[in-house]
Amino acid sequence: MTVQTGIQPISATRRAKDRLVQVLVYLAFALAVIPLVSVLWLVVKNGIGRFDMEFFTHSMRNIGARDAGGGAYHAIIGTLEQVLLASLIAVPIGLLTAVYLVEYGEGGRLSRTISFFVDVMTGVPSVVSGLFVLAFWILVLGMPFSGFAGALALSILMMPVVVRATEEMLRLVPRELREASYALGVPKWRTIVKVVLPTALPGIVTGVMLAVARVAGETAPLLLTVFVTDSINNDPFNGPQMGLPLYVFNQTILPTDVAVARAWTGALTLILIVMLLNLVARLITWWRSPARRR
Amino acid sequence: MRRSAFRRSRGDGPFRFASTGAGVVLLAIMAAIGLFLVVKALPALQANTSHFLTELTWQPNATKPIFGIGALAFGTVLSSLLALLIATPVAVGVALFISHYAPRRLASALGYVVDLLAAVPSVVYGLWGVAFLVPFMLGPSKFLNDYFGWIPLFSGESIVGKSMLTASLVLAIMILPIIAAISREVFLQAPKMQEEAALALGATRWEMIRTAVLPFGRPGVISAAMLGLGRAMGETIAVALIFPATFKISFQILGPYGNSIAANIANGFGEATEVGRGALIASGLVLFLITLLVNMAARFIIARRKEYARAAA
Repeated sequence: MTVQTGIQPISATRRAKDRLVQVLVYLAFALAVIPLVSVLWLVVKNGIGRFDMEFFTHSMRNIGARDAGGGAYHAIIGTLEQVLLASLIAVPIGLLTAVYLVEYGEGGRLSRTISFFVDVMTGVPSVVSGLFVLAFWILVLGMPFSGFAGALALSILMMPVVVRATEEMLRLVPRELREASYALGVPKWRTIVKVVLPTALPGIVTGVMLAVARVAGETAPLLLTVFVTDSINNDPFNGPQMGLPLYVFNQTILPTDVAVARAWTGALTLILIVMLLNLVARLITWWRSPARRR
Repeated sequence: MRRSAFRRSRGDGPFRFASTGAGVVLLAIMAAIGLFLVVKALPALQANTSHFLTELTWQPNATKPIFGIGALAFGTVLSSLLALLIATPVAVGVALFISHYAPRRLASALGYVVDLLAAVPSVVYGLWGVAFLVPFMLGPSKFLNDYFGWIPLFSGESIVGKSMLTASLVLAIMILPIIAAISREVFLQAPKMQEEAALALGATRWEMIRTAVLPFGRPGVISAAMLGLGRAMGETIAVALIFPATFKISFQILGPYGNSIAANIANGFGEATEVGRGALIASGLVLFLITLLVNMAARFIIARRKEYARAAA
């Protein structure tokens, strides 16, 4: 006696199609991971050779393309100063813009315009921000090539990222917190400074660190604004500086093995810095996530 | 009571002013970018002895400057479109994998792995491209030329590693994470009820995705692809290292041809004279306007649909 249920088995062709798509989707993911693994593997393999004390304590002064040795001390100093200065410019502007969009904008025309152009600004090519600083700061205002000019270019790339990250975090702050503060007679600006921003702080820090990680690896804007030097220049306001991404670029285009070896080690250092920033940023999110607090 | 009302009006004004001002500064920066690029590009454009939009050669440093955006714009568009063609199907697959195929517990960690692709700096991709991908691509390129040479794209006599195809491949890798991330967010927001309804009617997983997820996600994927296109066109250092930097219009993507606006700026800035810098700024202005249009179109598509509000970031 056979039991006839209403459910027919799935036909072979439909099942085959389903299987095929599943295989393709898994394959797509594998395809995406291959270049990541390849890049990381080659950077570690080729970069570890020159990952020594000299690399981190010496500049490239008096070291030609054919000479072994030399280091990226001047480039690391430059990158740290440029990124710090860029953050000092971009974070206040980005933070305040996000506060405007969430707390004061109230969906008006100005806030919608700003919000739209923040999105568009994330798409400004990095080389264009470098050209802008070159045209405005160096050619029109007559300022010298300097680390600060590079920081200006980087800050333009940072701003929209900081705005978006902060905005998202501010919107997550519950209305009730604000209303409780108002009910106690606290003015709006003090509510924002003392209640809203501290509540959103871990998320904002994460966003800022991701923005820093993004610009720390930018080469094109630096190429046009800080110029290039082989010597140590600790003053970001005067004279050409170096940046770690720029250092990698400059050593890559040299035709000698020792230079390319330096480029790989520079790339390894750069990736370590960027990945570390990313990792710490994610850890802060994870550590402060509501799911874990409970 | 009165005291607190007084303090509110005193402190709130400046703070409101500062935050509004910051927003306006952002708008002003965008306007200033366009303005100052125009200001510095004009003198060079006036010194030009040819038509900027159609001329192919690029000799702005000569005593009689002659330069045009033609070949550079062509290379920018062709390499970006090729990159998009390679990256979009893979990115959609990755997005589906993370939103609908991967085990729930692993999904976010695997998504993070794909995001890491975006964290690798451009110059590192450039170094990797020159040192590894360029020699590696010689074999596959010869294969394509041998067996598919009858397709115009793969035709040509001299086959090299430093080609349009290799540059496009690097671009594809670099724009894959952004397309995948936005598509993933959009796919995750597909109405659960419709997905379950499809499954309840006996649909296989693929049929459910085809009928409930993809139609919902299509505009999101399109705008994600356009954002990727904008990224690819503006990408500089990686392709500056890979492009052979010629000024020639050729569809032979395996041959020693190819250049882009951004790559030309990076490669040409060092020896540029005053007119040369102006010419590079003029080309940057063109790049700025193209990416602006592409990005605005993409953002417009996302903004039009409220469901995507979260995916836009």
